[in-house]
Amino acid sequence: MSTPFRTAEGGRIDRATTLQFTFDGRSLTGHPGDTLASALLASGQHQVATSIRLGRPRGISAAWAEDPGGLVQVEEPFPEPMLLASTVELFDGLVAHGLPGQGRLADVPDSARYDAVHHHVDVLVVGAGPAGLVAALGAARAGARVALVDEQSEAGGSLLSGTDRVDGVPALDWVADAVAELARHPEVLHLQRTTAFGVYDDGFVLALERRTDHLGAAAPRRVSRQRVWRIRARSIVVATGAHERPVVFADNDRPGIMLARAARTFLHRYGVLPGREAVVFTTNDSAYDAALDLARAGVQVQAVVDARPAGSPQRRAECERAGIRVLSGSVVTGTEGVERITSALVAPFTDGEVGAASVIPCDVLLVSGGWNPAVHLFSQARGRLRYDEVLGAFVPGEELDGLAVAGSAAGVLDLAGCLADGQRVVRAALSALAIVPAADDRLPSAPEPVVPAAPLVLWRVPDTSEAHARTQFVDLQRDATVADIARAVGAGLRSIEHVKRYTTIGTAHDQGKTSGVLTSGITAELLGIPVQDTGTTTFRPPYTPVAFAALAGRDRGRLFDPERVTALHDWHVAAGAVFEDVGQWKRPRYYPQPGEDMETAVLRECAAARTGVGIIDGSTLGKIDVQGPDAAVLLDRLYTNMMSSLKVGAVRYGVMCGVDGMVIDDGTVLRLAEDRFLVLTTTGGAAKVLDWMEEWVQTEWPDLRVHCTSVTEQWATFPVVGPRSRDVVGTLFPDVDVSTEAFPFMTWRDTALDGVPVRLARISFSGELAFEVHVSPWYAVAVWQRLLEAGRPYGITPYGTETMHVLRAEKGYPIIGQDTDGTVTPHDLGMAWAVSKKKPDFIGKRSFARPANQDPRRKQLVGLLPVDRHTLLPEGSQIVEFVADGELPPPPVPMLGHVTSSYRSAELARPFALALVKGGRERVGDTVHVPVNGTLVPVEVTGSVLVDPEGARRDG
Amino acid sequence: MQLIACPWCGPREEVEFTYGGQAHVPYPDDPAALSDEQWAHYVFFRDNTKGRFAERWNHSAGCRRWFNAVRDTTSYRFQRVYRVDDPKPVTP
Ligand SMILES: [Zn+2]
Repeated sequence: MSTPFRTAEGGRIDRATTLQFTFDGRSLTGHPGDTLASALLASGQHQVATSIRLGRPRGISAAWAEDPGGLVQVEEPFPEPMLLASTVELFDGLVAHGLPGQGRLADVPDSARYDAVHHHVDVLVVGAGPAGLVAALGAARAGARVALVDEQSEAGGSLLSGTDRVDGVPALDWVADAVAELARHPEVLHLQRTTAFGVYDDGFVLALERRTDHLGAAAPRRVSRQRVWRIRARSIVVATGAHERPVVFADNDRPGIMLARAARTFLHRYGVLPGREAVVFTTNDSAYDAALDLARAGVQVQAVVDARPAGSPQRRAECERAGIRVLSGSVVTGTEGVERITSALVAPFTDGEVGAASVIPCDVLLVSGGWNPAVHLFSQARGRLRYDEVLGAFVPGEELDGLAVAGSAAGVLDLAGCLADGQRVVRAALSALAIVPAADDRLPSAPEPVVPAAPLVLWRVPDTSEAHARTQFVDLQRDATVADIARAVGAGLRSIEHVKRYTTIGTAHDQGKTSGVLTSGITAELLGIPVQDTGTTTFRPPYTPVAFAALAGRDRGRLFDPERVTALHDWHVAAGAVFEDVGQWKRPRYYPQPGEDMETAVLRECAAARTGVGIIDGSTLGKIDVQGPDAAVLLDRLYTNMMSSLKVGAVRYGVMCGVDGMVIDDGTVLRLAEDRFLVLTTTGGAAKVLDWMEEWVQTEWPDLRVHCTSVTEQWATFPVVGPRSRDVVGTLFPDVDVSTEAFPFMTWRDTALDGVPVRLARISFSGELAFEVHVSPWYAVAVWQRLLEAGRPYGITPYGTETMHVLRAEKGYPIIGQDTDGTVTPHDLGMAWAVSKKKPDFIGKRSFARPANQDPRRKQLVGLLPVDRHTLLPEGSQIVEFVADGELPPPPVPMLGHVTSSYRSAELARPFALALVKGGRERVGDTVHVPVNGTLVPVEVTGSVLVDPEGARRDG
Repeated sequence: MQLIACPWCGPREEVEFTYGGQAHVPYPDDPAALSDEQWAHYVFFRDNTKGRFAERWNHSAGCRRWFNAVRDTTSYRFQRVYRVDDPKPVTP
């Protein structure tokens, strides 16, 4: 449990508190403020895993999300794969192990909460480094509504990794003051541990806040673990900093090789030394800071290897004062070591030629090939990138409306420049929003930067042999090398997008944060073209991986889609109903009695409705109140049959078609008054029919004085069905004359029960004598129970949707959307009787005259009776011609149609089906075949009405 | 996710809207007078414009009003929105 690489003091960790954790089965310790990576390094462990393809040891190579190496699987407190050791904040009890590129999803449900919050701001600042803080302060002081998000556990950005001073004080003191000032502005939302991972249209940004991940098992249950912020910003300032770029050389993947800035971060932020003996390999001035800082902290810096012929005279002098050897005009050509680097091979580098290498022992090799501005969000916003020859990187190449890039993300690499750029950019943003900067908005000062020696753009150290290219790793996570790029180019690929897909570079969890620009550079070099022409691959959200659980938020399980229940739902549950989903509705499918399966329950329920009395909760039927002087005109135009001739008090069945003449819904229409109709739609069609009415009224017939509104949930509806239904309804509503003469089929009457208004309608969806009882849902349970009481002497039987389907199918009543599919006309359904010949026009009428609609071979709705009186045809089964030998001919087998509904009938004492069959009505009496489980089942084609074709039962 | 400016509600999120196809395709005055081909053109044929296109939109999860819009089908950006009874704007 020793931490030999922990410094004696310094860092932003709480040394007074010790945390226990387990990695790869080893018990280790760290402190609050550590990441898993810094704690591992403190114990001396660089290697985290072996690589996915080649099995090579890999370690921590960066201090944050750009690390391609340190992939881990967390096991405790909750299994989560594919996290980076460098971004996992340490907590007590953490159990994790290294991953070779593939993790294991939890096999238990995630009990944590995830949620989402919408937020609207004037200015969103992404990144709380120097540029971002100045921008946020400028916007806040101007009185703007501001959000500042930053992915780290604390603000400061690059300042957390160094020893800079701002306004004459240590930079982190200035950061603390800035954060405190932001907290005093009521219109500022400041979120740490929050990654803006996607930029979309019109200033829409998605950000992921990790709220309790860092607390481990101590996370409070009531707080969501992660939260997606859906931020709509009038202006976005991207101050996301820059990623250090490696240089590619042979065996550049060994544990112990890391980016130079990462070493400074581990030292200054976490109080960890990356090793004892360091070599620093650089192409620019910035890595000298790492060499000097490590030397000051007691690390033996063996050499600074600077690829530039003259190096940096100024930095060389500083190194000499610190006793550090500088090898200008030199490169690292390779490394040695097994599970950890043991030495660097360093050779002279002159005019692109690499000389003979000498061996410099080391246990850590720090690399800097320059800086890649983090332009991801700018590029996601479709900003064009420009290649900067000096930086050797892509920078924003145009101005965008509503999104500006500041600081290192824009290619400004010195502190004073970043502070000034943050102010310049936010002032431009405020100006575009007509917000005036505050008079006291002062630019903080930083030491004037020393003009650095020009950096050298070096993508890779020239290889001296073919063998080297195979260990010159470009994308460590994908085990992809310079040799792989050479093979892609050799195969004729020119586009960087193609090279990416051929080599898989940039497709791992890190999405090429370190490898992307290198690939552009090396590809350009191999093709002999400018890097600008190669360009970059497209940057797409998310910037860093986001768990699906976070994206799902609370929209999972029962909250995934709204559940609609009727006023009787609790009664159904208590009655033991088995439910089915019909759209968003929960509907009882059947009510099994002890020992019954669905088949026996449905046969019992059907028999009750056909011989005694049944009752069903039909409250889910769509109901639309159509009102206005022109209500009848509208319905005449939308229904195939005449509605204007309907008398008040009467009911008519109606069919609705699209302009193409195909049926889109059916139902019954009650005329409540001269200027008022109640339209009943199918359960699934309710919203669609209301939309359909609105569309025509608003877009084609705005002159019609008519209004439509949904009243589906204002009425509970109970069909009381069967030969004894008259007795039940007559008993409960004694003031209504329920005789056929006084209350004929397809009429309605208003009555009351103990003062509660009730509407009765003689409508039948079963062919039996039936009364629909309509009542306010507030009284639904009471009226339902009174109906059950009144029906008890007659054995009233509640039934579900399955029985309803059997009863309607026996009568050949189609379900729109089950027995039809958008290619079926009323005539195909045998409903020519429901199509008005008197009306000059209605929606769909003109299409009926099209030749295709007159074709006698159109599919028509018919009944099917399996000849064996036993087989239940699966719905969806194909129908083929009768085959004398009972053998299915070789494909393609001409198809006549398909089975649309299929049930067992208590009434017929055999299974039956409805089907759409080509020229079906001409085929009545024929035998055709239906393939079922490999055998051909002979079936007889019948008319679609199988029970009571004369309609004798309708009036009881 | 872009904002769409409903003429009745102002800018609202794209997910609140549904698309209604090409605008300014009126229901024929007298369908019975049309040939099968003319009728088929009304029922089945729509332009597939690259660039500015006059379209019908419905603020279906908001005020439920239909309106028209000119939108660039290459950039998806809305150029303008207008009421269904406004004349079709000139689209270059
Ligand atoms: Zn609206």
